Amino acid sequence: MKTLILLCLNFFKAGLFAFGGGLATLPFINDISNHHPDWFTKADIANMIAISESTPGPIGVNMATYVGYHVAGIPGAILNTLSLVLPSFIIFYIVAGLMSRYSQNKTVMAVFQGLRPAAVGLIAAAGFSVFLIALFPGYDGKTLFDMDSLTGLFSWKAGILFLVAMVATCLPKLKDLHPLWYIAAATVIGIVFQF
Amino acid sequence: MEPQNSSLLRTSLSLYGTFARIGFFMFGGGYAMLPLLQKECVDKHHWTDEEEILDVFAMAQCTPGIISVNTATYIGKKQAGLLGSALATLGLITPSILLITLIAALLSNFADLAAVQHALAAIRAVVTALIFASVVKMGKGALKHPVQVAIALLAFLAVALFGTSPVVIVVAAALIGFLYFGLLRKEKEADA
Repeated sequence: MKTLILLCLNFFKAGLFAFGGGLATLPFINDISNHHPDWFTKADIANMIAISESTPGPIGVNMATYVGYHVAGIPGAILNTLSLVLPSFIIFYIVAGLMSRYSQNKTVMAVFQGLRPAAVGLIAAAGFSVFLIALFPGYDGKTLFDMDSLTGLFSWKAGILFLVAMVATCLPKLKDLHPLWYIAAATVIGIVFQF
Repeated sequence: MEPQNSSLLRTSLSLYGTFARIGFFMFGGGYAMLPLLQKECVDKHHWTDEEEILDVFAMAQCTPGIISVNTATYIGKKQAGLLGSALATLGLITPSILLITLIAALLSNFADLAAVQHALAAIRAVVTALIFASVVKMGKGALKHPVQVAIALLAFLAVALFGTSPVVIVVAAALIGFLYFGLLRKEKEADA
């Protein structure tokens, strides 16, 4: 019980201070492992990253569930995950209130006219990093300008599938198809053609 | 129960279901939920529009926590207050809790399974295309002014090539928005 409370406090802290999402939780998780190696080790973290990459859901949330389960079973999995999410829930609930309250304010509107295009750029950059990992399996995120090693990593299958999907998203009927159909089709294609 | 309360409850449950579905199919990190979010929350339920999603993303970058969780919290609150917000957020993380607990309990070598690897490699390629399609869709709405096109391009290049922190980008873009669209344009209007 005491361990579970301590664990939840640690993940609450990670949830409170990890800005930006996704991998931002990782340094905190590393730090928890340094202080409590009996909870989980660095090898567990590596394992968890691999599992997170192959399951849906944010890595921070997955990590909290995984560690919570190992330390205190199913209640641990649930409580620890909630602890991670609680701070950002409270903070963003307040932010959401402020956003709708000031949405008609001229200054706020001007600020968002600058923010919206930035968000588009950020999403495009995130898409680009997924693009690199998808089409160049094994790409380590370091040597974008190293053309030789990049070409060596190129996967034809992924490249062709990407192009086909790109074309599909431009076609009148397929464009409005639910994204889940795309994901389902990809699952089948990936297994059948041994991606 | 009053009618208003029951409709709030119904909306909240619908939010839970929708975000659980989004959470279940959210492969590929941070923004991978964007195409799903667009389909479910904009096209299907009309809970929000594309501009508002961008506002939420920008704010989510400078607050703690995961963007998809922030988005669930926001849309839930807007539709059904505290209950909706809590249920949307819980919905998003429910699939993770279930799946990871199962994997932790039963399948510790899940990530090494060949079929999982093959499926994921293909899913990543397709999700990339879906994200780009969403970017184009949102870009059409958000990039109306040359300054906005420049902001988007610079944000992309800074993050993609130099790994600049999104927090820096968001703060800079807010400042440009305030200076250009707030102050400069006001001056022009005053002159005219």
